[in-house]
Amino acid sequence: MLDPRTGRLISQGRNMPKVTYIEHNGTPHSVDVPVGTSVMRGAVDNNIPGIDADCGGECACATCHVYVDAAWLPKIGLPEQGSQEGAMLSFAAVAQPDSRLSCQITMREDLDGLVVRMPEGQH
Amino acid sequence: MSNTAKHVVIVGAGHAGGSAAALLRQYGWQGPVTLIGGEPTVPYQRPPLSKAWLKGEHELADLLLRPATFYPDNRIELRVGCEVAAIDRATGCVALSSGERVAYDHLILATGCHARALPLPSSQLEGVVALRTLADADRLRPLLRANSRIIIIGAGYIGLEVAASARSLGAEVVVIEREARVLPRVASGPLSNFFQQRHLAGGVRIITGAAVEAFDDERQRVAAVHLSNGEAIPCDAVLVAVGAAPNELLASAAGLACDNGIRVDAAARTADPAIYAIGDCTHRPVSLYERTYRLESVPNALEQAKQAAADLCGRAPPAPEVPWFWSDQYDLRLQIAGLPFDVAETVVRGDPGSACFAIFHLAADGTVQSVEAVNAPAEFMAGRMMIARRKRVVASRVADMSCSIRELAG
Ligand SMILES: Cc1cc2nc3c(=O)[nH]c(=O)nc-3n(C[C@H](O)[C@H](O)[C@H](O)COP(=O)(O)OP(=O)(O)OC[C@H]3O[C@@H](n4cnc5c(N)ncnc54)[C@H](O)[C@@H]3O)c2cc1C
Ligand code: FES
Repeated sequence: MLDPRTGRLISQGRNMPKVTYIEHNGTPHSVDVPVGTSVMRGAVDNNIPGIDADCGGECACATCHVYVDAAWLPKIGLPEQGSQEGAMLSFAAVAQPDSRLSCQITMREDLDGLVVRMPEGQH
Repeated sequence: MSNTAKHVVIVGAGHAGGSAAALLRQYGWQGPVTLIGGEPTVPYQRPPLSKAWLKGEHELADLLLRPATFYPDNRIELRVGCEVAAIDRATGCVALSSGERVAYDHLILATGCHARALPLPSSQLEGVVALRTLADADRLRPLLRANSRIIIIGAGYIGLEVAASARSLGAEVVVIEREARVLPRVASGPLSNFFQQRHLAGGVRIITGAAVEAFDDERQRVAAVHLSNGEAIPCDAVLVAVGAAPNELLASAAGLACDNGIRVDAAARTADPAIYAIGDCTHRPVSLYERTYRLESVPNALEQAKQAAADLCGRAPPAPEVPWFWSDQYDLRLQIAGLPFDVAETVVRGDPGSACFAIFHLAADGTVQSVEAVNAPAEFMAGRMMIARRKRVVASRVADMSCSIRELAG
């Protein structure tokens, strides 16, 4: 079924999964992110500061960089060896072992409650 | 001192204008924000129009900058399908084409560009299209079918991206470029050469050094293109992709300085303290190169949207960014960092034959000025960092693949 307001697919009969984005200064934002939508889109659609997403999700800019909360890292995983995302992150400012590009994480039901933190800057 | 209770009017609801409205709210602007756009659609992203959208791989929701509900939810009055006809700086109003007047305290001009037209009388024929807007893309899409014959005039990024998309849809493609090589103004010689080879291998016919002189029609529908070299090429459709020009008439008619774009400073301010200009329509300082330039890219639109919103909200200005751009054609991801000013030496790193390489452009003292990276995201990211830091390198080390990109950047 399509959400008449956004034109996006909505999962029927289930609760919308939530993602908590924590700004670099510690301010948390918990929002609904529909299944199938990227974690980057969830931040942009809710005007959450700290994610720029210059390229709109094409894995071309690395300005949607987040740190995945340790509890969620096993479920989310790291970028594959030799992937575009991994290569972009290898030179992103302030990258860490738990870094991901949030446009490359697609929301799933089992990610309900996901926590990500934003780096100090995206550029 | 900024007073965040005042009324900001933004003219142009594209990538720059839509982003500026969202950033004003993100930065805490309290007053009314009105976003006025000439197109009938809520702000959307243009890059997919020549790529995924054209190939039918995106939904409308993917194209939108933000969902339609975003604007009312964030107290942004979005007026689409609404053209601003004039700015009255003396009274602080914009006049809409309907005659209505909208008063502003602060005005942001984000009017973008329009596709240049060919100076030919018959370019109004059916089947002759440009590509700037969603409406244009929706006119172009049905013309690209298996075995339909499309002629693309102009081998810039949009022309070549459409060529690649059209080939993947099975259309026959001829690209006509007036200059001697494809991407003549926007890529270095070696990169042009690489893309030309890739398009030839993809089955595109490329004709360089030839100008279009006339169109033939059958019942008002384009049927062939005549070239300056005497050749006539039959076709079902024509895409005119000969570049874009800034929408600056509104500004120049109001007495604001324009010169290939509305003149702005590093905070996106015009000479009128009440008026900012952002995005493709501006001619701006690029501090890294100590020059002014008109950039046409999404990152530029976003950077200037940040500058204007930060200045209005009394926030510290954003750190200057390295200009960059990307293009997708076939299985190739091109990423370009920086601008090729004052280039003394060009070095290729990697083997273009492997379709994974980067071209470094260095100033006389070895400073990295720009990097063109094909399927080489690490080189792009490292290049962007090196350009920002004005890093100097030795050409022979750039070309030496046994020297890792990390060592080079370090
Ligand atoms: C097919 C295509 C592919 C592209 N691919 C890429 C890419 O891969 N990477 C990249 O970085 N960039 C790309 N670009 C460029 C990028 O889309 C532009 O740089 C960007 O859209 C600029 O944003 P803007 O807001 O300044 O202008 P625009 O997005 O053009 O928006 C300006 C808006 O203002 C409106 N307007 C103008 N005058 C008035 C008026 N008087 N009253 C009301 N409204 C008005 C226009 O209708 C328009 O909607 C591409 C562009 C196109 C067309
Ligand atoms: S949005 Fe550009 S890489 Fe994620």
